[in-house]
Amino acid sequence: MTTVIIAVLGAIMIAAAVLAIVQKSLLSAVIAAGAISLLASLLYIVLAAPDVAMTEAAIGSGLTTIVFLFALNKIRKEDKHG
Amino acid sequence: MVKKIFIVIILGFFAVMLLPLAKDFTPFQELSPLAKKYVEDSPEELGAANIVTSVIVTYRGLDTLGEVAVLFIAAAGVGFFLRREGKNAKTAKRGSSQILQSGTAFLFPLILVFGVYIFLHGHLTPGGGFQGGVVIASGMVLLLLSSVSTKINENVLHLVESLSGASYIAIGILGLVLAAGFLDNRFLDLGEFGTLLSAGAIPLIYSFIGLKVGAELVGIIDNMQKDQS
Repeated sequence: MTTVIIAVLGAIMIAAAVLAIVQKSLLSAVIAAGAISLLASLLYIVLAAPDVAMTEAAIGSGLTTIVFLFALNKIRKEDKHG
Repeated sequence: MVKKIFIVIILGFFAVMLLPLAKDFTPFQELSPLAKKYVEDSPEELGAANIVTSVIVTYRGLDTLGEVAVLFIAAAGVGFFLRREGKNAKTAKRGSSQILQSGTAFLFPLILVFGVYIFLHGHLTPGGGFQGGVVIASGMVLLLLSSVSTKINENVLHLVESLSGASYIAIGILGLVLAAGFLDNRFLDLGEFGTLLSAGAIPLIYSFIGLKVGAELVGIIDNMQKDQS
């Protein structure tokens, strides 16, 4: 059962990673990258590592996505001015 | 085209390198001697129900100090590069939606309390200073997203960060003077196993780490948000 869950989560993670690369819209790519982290934190819970899962969920899918969005916003603004 | 061939070659190289690891993997049947010692001795030795915490805070406390230092340098670097002289106070952005505002008003206090709970109970339940600090920081991000006009008092942030950092080091040195070594938690009473006030100085150490990590991450996000101009 655990193996099936791990395989499914891994497959979705790979799909999200491919999506993040081929996606034309940068915003969607950032969201897809955040989704990878969220799925990774689920995977850590399945693998009985709740400590790591907490950090991954908050840092990987929360703060990192926000930092990317800030950077994206700034790039867009500078594109408009320049 | 050349670039794609190059990428495929590098990926193939990684596959050849990592395949033996996956192929020859056999699950461990028993713990290594060091892990065994941690698992068997740490509850009596340090009084912490969460073995991960006793390894992170005490047995490998110096590594944790290094991690805290790395995070501090990262936060200081962000603050240094994003520093702006003139405060651009004109924030003519459109407000966030009603759903986000009401949701934040309801969730923000709960997230904050949950973060404090995680680092106070670091010696009993999964999680600890880093996790609690990160949860607090994500609550602050929610607050910043829901109302653009939110101002975070930098002086308070800096005060919390430096005080908790200094207290962390002071507790480490107290352990060196009063107990067996740097960051030893046994200079305080170990208390009853499994209660909130147990495991010597571990709850104190983790509270300071939690406050420090939270303040640093909020500082990074705050700096970035100010830089959006």
